[in-house]
Amino acid sequence: MKNYEVTFIVDPVLSREEIEATAQTYVDHLKNEGCQIVHVDEMGLRQLAYPINRRTSGIYYCIEFEAPNGELIDVMELALRRDERIMRFLTVTLDKYGVKYNADKRAGKIGKVKKKAKKSDDRKDNRRDNRKKDEKRKPAPKKEEATAKSEEEE
Amino acid sequence: MASRDDIKFLSNPKIGQKRDKYCRFRKFGIKYIDYKDADFLTQFVNEQGKILPRRITGNSLKYQRKVATAVKRARHLALMPYVTDLLK
Repeated sequence: MKNYEVTFIVDPVLSREEIEATAQTYVDHLKNEGCQIVHVDEMGLRQLAYPINRRTSGIYYCIEFEAPNGELIDVMELALRRDERIMRFLTVTLDKYGVKYNADKRAGKIGKVKKKAKKSDDRKDNRRDNRKKDEKRKPAPKKEEATAKSEEEE
Repeated sequence: MASRDDIKFLSNPKIGQKRDKYCRFRKFGIKYIDYKDADFLTQFVNEQGKILPRRITGNSLKYQRKVATAVKRARHLALMPYVTDLLK
């Protein structure tokens, strides 16, 4: 059993029902193949960073699932590729940290302050205790990095 | 009248010092880098959307590779641009 995650972009010109039906098709398809659906995340309408098929926005869906074998991935990707309603897709294998990250994210531990929640979690099972202090310092690295960068450029 | 204490801070003593770089993933125990989180990944690219080298970000090799993979995945899904100007 392996965990996978497939993210795809649905054409935004379709009606709401059609879009939902599209996503549902793949959820059903995976279920029929004997997959365990962990979570279906509708990320909603988003602006694309660059146009795809002359569209500037798209509806993102992300399905996390557990598959008994890898062969059905090929079948699913072929279906996605043939589907005109799908603009782009990406399938990735999740390692144990990825699974944990997604679980934490769903539990609301990772939001805007995402790294904080993740950190305090990891800390319990990991190494030193004194890292609790670091939690508050999260905004700092970015700033430091920026200054470090500007110094280098000079 | 400027006393000795004031004079001490007329120039910033930190200028010219080397700043310690560190890998934020190791330091904070982050094990997974999400390719869907474009806001987070923008920290690792420059204004043109190019991936910054380790020399600047200070990431360890292991996590620099993961960052690079995540950025490339984000680009494929149009969450981040391949080429651009004025990203930040």
